[in-house]
Amino acid sequence: MEQLARLGRIGISSLERLGRGHVLLVHMLSGFTALIMRPTLLIAQLHSVGVLSMLIITISGLFVGMVLGLQGYYILSQFGAEETLGVMVAASLVRELGPVVTALLFAGRAGSALTAEIGLMKATEQLSGLEMMAVDPIKRILTPRFMAGLISMPLLAALFSAVGIIGGHFVGVGLLGVDEGAYWSQMQAKIDLHEDIYNGVIKSMVFGFVCTWIALFQGHDCTPTSEGVSRATTRTVVHSALAILCLDFVLTALMFGE
Amino acid sequence: MSQHPNDSNEPLVKIRGLRFYRGDRAIFDGVDIDIPRGLITAIMGPSGTGKTTLLKLIGGQLRPNAGTIHVNGQNVHKLNNKDLYKLRMSMGMLFQSGALLTDINVFDNVAYPLREHTKLPESIIRKLVLMKLEAVGLRGARDLMPSELSGGMARRAALARAIVLDPEMIMYDEPFTGQDPISMGVLVQLIPRLNKASQLTSIVVSHDVEETADIADVIYVISNGKVIAGGPSEQIANSDSPWVRQFMDGLADGPVPFHFPAEPLEKDILGS
Repeated sequence: MEQLARLGRIGISSLERLGRGHVLLVHMLSGFTALIMRPTLLIAQLHSVGVLSMLIITISGLFVGMVLGLQGYYILSQFGAEETLGVMVAASLVRELGPVVTALLFAGRAGSALTAEIGLMKATEQLSGLEMMAVDPIKRILTPRFMAGLISMPLLAALFSAVGIIGGHFVGVGLLGVDEGAYWSQMQAKIDLHEDIYNGVIKSMVFGFVCTWIALFQGHDCTPTSEGVSRATTRTVVHSALAILCLDFVLTALMFGE
Repeated sequence: MSQHPNDSNEPLVKIRGLRFYRGDRAIFDGVDIDIPRGLITAIMGPSGTGKTTLLKLIGGQLRPNAGTIHVNGQNVHKLNNKDLYKLRMSMGMLFQSGALLTDINVFDNVAYPLREHTKLPESIIRKLVLMKLEAVGLRGARDLMPSELSGGMARRAALARAIVLDPEMIMYDEPFTGQDPISMGVLVQLIPRLNKASQLTSIVVSHDVEETADIADVIYVISNGKVIAGGPSEQIANSDSPWVRQFMDGLADGPVPFHFPAEPLEKDILGS
């Protein structure tokens, strides 16, 4: 009986959290128009969320591209199809790895930073202080960060894919002897702007929306103690990762199915 | 709700029948308080009686389960968002930790409400900020970051920020807690001076009996969710009620028992 009650409590509190998350989302979105009047807030956040993530995205992209080049070559050369290495690397990156790995890295780096920042502002009563100064903390603090995440994610994913393709080129053409002309021309022929690239961008926009939302909500909803903030950052990374992978499957099925 | 003009006989804040529960616990169980204009009102009581919660209820950050709070004739919890924010501009609040924004320096912290709510040019903002910093004695510290300030200085900076929009009322949340004697002395001097100079109404929430009783004009003592005493400060300081006496004199045992409820000692130690 006690177990059933516990289950019920867990269910109810989960629904409550989901509800609070959506209320926060609407509140954040309602601050968009005010944000357009004050671009400096957005620019500062774009730097902190987007620009500071560029290093990890670039380096990861390079290595992922290089591994793709290696593995791709080993398998394709068994069928005498090395010349299609360019297509393989580009398609994997643009359709899947770019958006997904970027989102995972983003959640780990920028997402956890956002959660910790908001959580600490809550713990040190800064959010409360802003409220009492008649400044809406959601519109002033959370909305710029949300927009920054939305804008940064597709750009970072594109950067990841681009650097990955260069990494694949370096390994495939530079080290393993794939024909340079074939690498690029096959890629140009087979990768479609609408079907591959745009779909990849749409994916990364969806991931950006979800990751930033989760990060900001966890920070805003956390227990304002040091333990609470640490649990919130863990939850951000875990929930974001699960959401990304789950959504990736759904989006892939929708976009690339027949 | 009609807004009464500045009638100096009407209390600035009127709390009637306030009930507030946290889970099953009643933080306030039918509380009536009048905060008179232009005076310093102290709300005192043992820790955990929800004194900070009271300030959050007055500021509209929390909703009561029952009862009303009227500030300047307006029912705080019936206001829409826009009017509530307008009301908050006439309230200053000094948090226990100061609650300064940690990524900007003292000057920018104090200038923050001016830059957010007014369209004043920077030159005027600069003069206003420097004047408020001068009032709390921190004009020379304007370029320091909050992390470089001592606790007492952070509180003074937060006080400068709270008065920068020239509010009608300031709420102090435990201003004396954890302060060294000098910082305490500074605040004890500042609060009545500000109150008189700017004709403010001050609400001080504290459990520091000595300092608070010194500066307060009106005292309310809250315990167990109810007001157990309220009136002019001399009257309370000389009150006969055992609750008030235990609190004011700092007695370890009395109506608030020393021992947390437990079984008799013999039973616990000798086993059953």
